[in-house]
Amino acid sequence: MTNTPDSDQIRSRGTFRVKRGLADMLRGGVIMDVVDAAQAKIAEDAGAVAVMALERVPADIRRDGGVARMSDPELIEGIQETVTIPVMAKARIGHFAEAQILASLEVDYIDESEVLTPADEAHHIDKWAFDVPFVCGATNLGEALRRISEGAAMIRSKGEAGTGNIVEAVRHLRSILGDIRKLTVADEPEIFTWAKELRAPYELVAEVAETGALPVPLFCAGGIATPADASLVLQLGAQAVFVGSGIFKSEDPAGRARAIVEATTHFEDPALLAKVSRGLGSAMKGQEIDSLETRLADRGW
Amino acid sequence: MIVGVLALQGDVAEHERALERVGVSARRIRVPADLEGISALVLPGGESTTILMMIDSSDLRAPLTAWIAEGRPTLGTCAGLVLLADRVIDGRSDQVSLGGLGVTVQRNGFGRQRFSFEAPVSAPTLGADFDGVFIRAPRIIDVDAGTEVLGSLLEGDSAEPVLVQRGALLGCAFHPELSRDDRLHQRLVGLV
Repeated sequence: MTNTPDSDQIRSRGTFRVKRGLADMLRGGVIMDVVDAAQAKIAEDAGAVAVMALERVPADIRRDGGVARMSDPELIEGIQETVTIPVMAKARIGHFAEAQILASLEVDYIDESEVLTPADEAHHIDKWAFDVPFVCGATNLGEALRRISEGAAMIRSKGEAGTGNIVEAVRHLRSILGDIRKLTVADEPEIFTWAKELRAPYELVAEVAETGALPVPLFCAGGIATPADASLVLQLGAQAVFVGSGIFKSEDPAGRARAIVEATTHFEDPALLAKVSRGLGSAMKGQEIDSLETRLADRGW
Repeated sequence: MIVGVLALQGDVAEHERALERVGVSARRIRVPADLEGISALVLPGGESTTILMMIDSSDLRAPLTAWIAEGRPTLGTCAGLVLLADRVIDGRSDQVSLGGLGVTVQRNGFGRQRFSFEAPVSAPTLGADFDGVFIRAPRIIDVDAGTEVLGSLLEGDSAEPVLVQRGALLGCAFHPELSRDDRLHQRLVGLV
């Protein structure tokens, strides 16, 4: 430790430990999709650990169609001025220019998200090139490790956004966590084969085999609509939840948001879950997966 | 010995591992009954607004305030420091900390995540520098008489306090549990 005139010389910003560290701090919390400052205020008042800014909630993207893009910077700044919790924002897959704009706005996390219309059908953003951390969706372990190799500091299971249907989130979580469990008992030749089959870097596959966990926190997204849904995915092994349309497409957004926050902390306490699940009005209507025109989870490579 | 970790939200698991490394059992604290029989308490990193709301809805405010008033050993890191601070600025207007530690902290005082950083923390009485990991960290902007500064960020001729102690209350703006430096958990156990 020496006396240096400029703090930049001794402070290392944008390190992986710092990027992943914010994800660690969000564990056990609820990150809520919001489209404007008014929704962000409701989310913070309900106990959200962070908000995610996007142009339209996934249910509306499904209903209205068209190209879904990054939010208007004015809306993001309005959200940042309104709340004290971290503000995340979504960029299109591969759209590094949107990500650069979001970084310049000093958003706290960028979600390179399949919920928006992809900008590149072969390449994801080089997330190592940014000081701001990234979260990416994944449906299986190979996809998660590919995103981590590109620099993602948090993974969320994709689920099927905008459906209010938890079945896909459960499928993706079980796939990721089930394969991790199998990997921990693989021998060395099997780890090479796992890397080949997962289409993921050998070093990351070997690390997962050794530690029994992803190198970054694993959160759950896509289809959470009730306190019970949050409890289910946390008991399966997710470390926090993203809730999109499930809150602002329900009858009582503030009450439901608060109940999901309570459920996320007390996810192992069925009596408390019963208490907070009472009298919330109707949840978002939701959709069967087989009836969907577009499967958002299929986006990303 | 059992040490509690407030487990309403945040990096609870890292603190549990640190406690296990220093040879004590960790217990997650979510409801008042969980406090029974613990010897010390850790308030982890996380979002202080969320944790404070959950403290109220889980009926933990009165028992935690009593715990601190009795001078029981407590370590708060990052959001935990915000919880222990007597005065908080730049929080939500309705955010009321537990208090006990004679400092004023500015929430997210170093800026948004882009300005989160790692830097050495000088703590001469504790030995070598800590690898300080600061994540949207609170800034200690005022320290009362009676609260001791144990660790600082050194810059030029100035020293900014980031690790303080008052009686059995320890608070730091950084995350020793993320850099796996167990000296503060050891110190906490030593205060029992």
